[in-house]
Amino acid sequence: MLADKDRIFTNLYGFQDWTLGAAKARGDWDNTGALLARGQDAIIDEIKASGLRGRGGAGFPTGLKWSFMPKESKDGRPSFLVINADESEPGSCKDREIIRHDPHKLIEGALVAGFAMRARAAYIYIRGEYISEARVLQAAIDEAYDAGLIGKNASGSGYDFDVFMHRGGGAYICGEETAMIESLEGKKGQPRLKPPFPAGAGLYGCPTTVNNVESIAVTPTILRRGAGWFSSFGREGNAGTKLFQISGHVERPCVVEEAMSIPFRELIEKHCGGIRGGWENLLAVIPGGSSVPLVPAEQIMDAPMDFDGMKELGSGLGTAGIIVMDKSTDIVRAIARLSYFYKHESCGQCTPCREGTGWMWRVMERLREGDAAVEEIDMLHQVTKQVEGHTICALGDAAAWPIQGLIRHFRPEMERRILERQSTFAEAAE
Amino acid sequence: MPQVTVDGLEIEVPDGATVLQACELAGKEIPRFCYHERLSIAGNCRMCLVEVKPGPPKPQASCALPATDGQEIRTDSLMVKTAREGVMEFLLINHPLDCPICDQGGECDLQDQAMYYGRGASRYQENKRAVSEKYMGPLIKTIMTRCIHCTRCVRFSEEIAGVDEIGAVGRGENMEITTYLEQAAKHELSANVVDLCPVGALTSRPYAFEARPWELRKTLSIDVSDAVGANIRLDSRGREVMRALPRVNDDVNEEWLSDKGRWQVDGLQRRRLDQVWIRREGRLHPASWQDAFGMIVSASPQGSIAAVAGDLVDCETMFAAKRLVNALGSDLLEGRQTGLAYDASNLAAVNFNSTLAGIENADAILIIGSHVRWEAALVNARLRKAVKRGAKVFLIGPEWETTFRGEFLGDDAELLHDLPDAIAQAMSQAQRPAIIVGAAGLAKGALAPALVLAEQWQLFRDGWNGFNVLHMAASRMGGLMLGFARPRGMAELVEAQPNVLLSLGADEMDYAPFGGSLKVYIGHHGDRGAHAADIVLPGASFAEKDGTFVNTEGRVQRAEKAVFPPGDAREDWTIVRALADELGISVGFDSFSELRAAMIAAVPGLGEQGLAQYGSLPAGDRNMRASGTITYPVKDFYLTNPIARASTVMQRCSAELLHGEELLEAAE
Repeated sequence: MLADKDRIFTNLYGFQDWTLGAAKARGDWDNTGALLARGQDAIIDEIKASGLRGRGGAGFPTGLKWSFMPKESKDGRPSFLVINADESEPGSCKDREIIRHDPHKLIEGALVAGFAMRARAAYIYIRGEYISEARVLQAAIDEAYDAGLIGKNASGSGYDFDVFMHRGGGAYICGEETAMIESLEGKKGQPRLKPPFPAGAGLYGCPTTVNNVESIAVTPTILRRGAGWFSSFGREGNAGTKLFQISGHVERPCVVEEAMSIPFRELIEKHCGGIRGGWENLLAVIPGGSSVPLVPAEQIMDAPMDFDGMKELGSGLGTAGIIVMDKSTDIVRAIARLSYFYKHESCGQCTPCREGTGWMWRVMERLREGDAAVEEIDMLHQVTKQVEGHTICALGDAAAWPIQGLIRHFRPEMERRILERQSTFAEAAE
Repeated sequence: MPQVTVDGLEIEVPDGATVLQACELAGKEIPRFCYHERLSIAGNCRMCLVEVKPGPPKPQASCALPATDGQEIRTDSLMVKTAREGVMEFLLINHPLDCPICDQGGECDLQDQAMYYGRGASRYQENKRAVSEKYMGPLIKTIMTRCIHCTRCVRFSEEIAGVDEIGAVGRGENMEITTYLEQAAKHELSANVVDLCPVGALTSRPYAFEARPWELRKTLSIDVSDAVGANIRLDSRGREVMRALPRVNDDVNEEWLSDKGRWQVDGLQRRRLDQVWIRREGRLHPASWQDAFGMIVSASPQGSIAAVAGDLVDCETMFAAKRLVNALGSDLLEGRQTGLAYDASNLAAVNFNSTLAGIENADAILIIGSHVRWEAALVNARLRKAVKRGAKVFLIGPEWETTFRGEFLGDDAELLHDLPDAIAQAMSQAQRPAIIVGAAGLAKGALAPALVLAEQWQLFRDGWNGFNVLHMAASRMGGLMLGFARPRGMAELVEAQPNVLLSLGADEMDYAPFGGSLKVYIGHHGDRGAHAADIVLPGASFAEKDGTFVNTEGRVQRAEKAVFPPGDAREDWTIVRALADELGISVGFDSFSELRAAMIAAVPGLGEQGLAQYGSLPAGDRNMRASGTITYPVKDFYLTNPIARASTVMQRCSAELLHGEELLEAAE
């Protein structure tokens, strides 16, 4: 179990105040100017050495991502940092805890990361439904401006850096990095074609990096305590601490900071009081927010909770939004509900996702009742394959994977419902 | 120049080419819906997926992927085949299979590609989506249930037309293409979205349920609704022209056509002159050709005849009339009906010298008295392109709604002699400066001062000639080449008071000063000219005869005969030829080919299709001054010529799109 002294988010539960004074007492904004004085390349190297992987779901190495940004502007275009706080993934609720209880970690991180990638400003795109969080964040930004921590000559470093908050309009797709950029520019939130990648032409056509709230918020602490400290947690290639968000059928659902690679059983026992009804009652787990395939109980129980561990199970760590389902769950219905979510949130730009999500949902609804033929399970699987990898952004993949996971692990259950229904009809016909 | 391999074939592609273009260069067909050469890349239909190595192990949208050296592209692999089948299946699940009652049937991209790239049968058992109808104006019929969301129409109106009128609302399955507040699309190029739409979601309202593509005879023709000379194809069935479609010609109209050029053709069926009429006691009475010719002969035209060419006539008609008038010992020929009298002695000075395509490259443009959007909608689209590339545009004349960033300097023609320093500086420092003088500018004497400015700003330099005159009549440049221009314009004809005034479809001129002349109207529509004429001889419209037209940039183009003229109407040159016999004179030709040969012998420039050469620009006369307030001649874009005025479609467009608000107010 992670020792308290090794926690980055020391006010995760809001037991203390979020304001600047309290944040400083917790160690934030502690001589940030000195952090910046290390120089841009040194910061990026430190982050690279720490092994920090993006906390938004894809797990791309953060330092490497920053290093794609231009070292100098050849044509006068500024660079931007966009912070993705559009946390809309079902099962994920870590960014909101950071923003409402520890916003200064994020703002300081924005300055440090923005400085490292030579950005002119950071835009924090916050989910529209996060109303009180947005209020807190804006107040914290104002505090930081007033204290001279950001703005002109930020933290006495001689570097000018602005932080803006932008509230989203309530579309899940705006959490996709290029759709977020479109939305920030005032357009319809639809993902852009890549290439060009945002590091070449992003917000307003300028080099842009989009990072998750958690990735940004941990950077000042990593710099203060050193890459070695951060990489001492977790397995090779899965370094650091991570906010796990456990919801569903556990005794005490919670958001908790833990070391990466912690075994699933330990995570649940230590922090959540175990599975509701005991470990025998565990049916399946969606380990990384709704977009990843589910993992059946026996496979996940002792698996290490990290990027590679989940990948080995045919799933993914995603945002570490762990949805635990016990045997009272109607698993087909649960996945059908996720299918409805993706159908509802598809932006409608490209064909496979626009048409495929609706189709998949409709078939799932029938499979829930068993109102289908057994062959339709194969057809559904084919349809998910036709969507996966054929779309502009990853929403198509995200819509396909939960269904693929269901078919992979719970096909007998789906077939049972079909046969059961068919037999009742057969009886009635006699 | 990257080297790529397409299906094992190694080819070299130009820098900046996409994988799709590379495949096309290799002769491989790539199915597509959203991709269009002249629009930005959307990459949303996913039909053009191909397999590319190196790259992720999934199919890539070839339209958006740059071709890079060493790429190995496969368009025939199993992955590509299944990807295409998958996308096609998705497109079809919510597309109503109502091809039998769809106007796009037979020329539908979805139909064709479903045949080639689709699966044999559908696996979709759920209900199909239905979309509520949208209204897009009198030209565009919508059946939005058929929409496949390729967004070509959205991109066209945003990028080419420059009017943000069409967009998408909603998301996912519920995304719908619509116009702003469901109002009509109000711009001059709106109907082009019908051509762009790959399915039957946007079809032609005037052409709804009229014909199937395979019933139509296709004739290559030239649009006469303005002086751009857009290349069109007339689709006719029997004796009726059903529709006009643009042809691809990058030098002229790219592949667009103005709404007027497209849909005035229904006017070819209405208000037609199909028999000879003679005016007696103030009223027109039906008569025979003999009577009419007899009246003309007895009016003694020898030495006292004048001819005025209308806006829509072809060069052959004008040349035939010129031969007749000359044979009668007169040279009173004029085509500038409204009384313009600019100096036409050097045609380079009244030509669109930068060429229509070339104006896109200008970096500073001064427009003097031209409502370009209404006078030449396709040139307006070019100007928008130029501005997108960074050109500055300044306009002299009353303000109109530009589709590009332009600065209006005022509507006083005197401004030409006293331009603000900033403008003069911008023009003189430009790499490729251009001036465009419109008809309204010509009317205020702007030609000479513009030539002076051209010299001052060095508009004529290596590989660039930025001096342009933008005409409005399809017949103008041809007329000027054939000498239908008197030094003092129509005034000379009025002074001469000829015994016979030959009007070749001249419907914009003032007939009142010719009270003493026998007014002979040879034309095709019962319009202003016929109302004033003493004798009406039914002629052929542009669709009913072969003809040569010269557009405002001096491009000689030929139109072909699509249908026969109605009733007793004859091709105009035959009327002139028959009249010559009655008058006992010789015009020197007995057939159309002889006529054309004689015309080419007289004006060699008309012999070759392509840009005519007019030599170098003359120096402007520094003593000539422009003066007066500029007013544009076009008051109603949709009703500028007799064919358009007869067209019910154009009348509706005018009523709804230009006067709709007035009508609404009146109704209240």
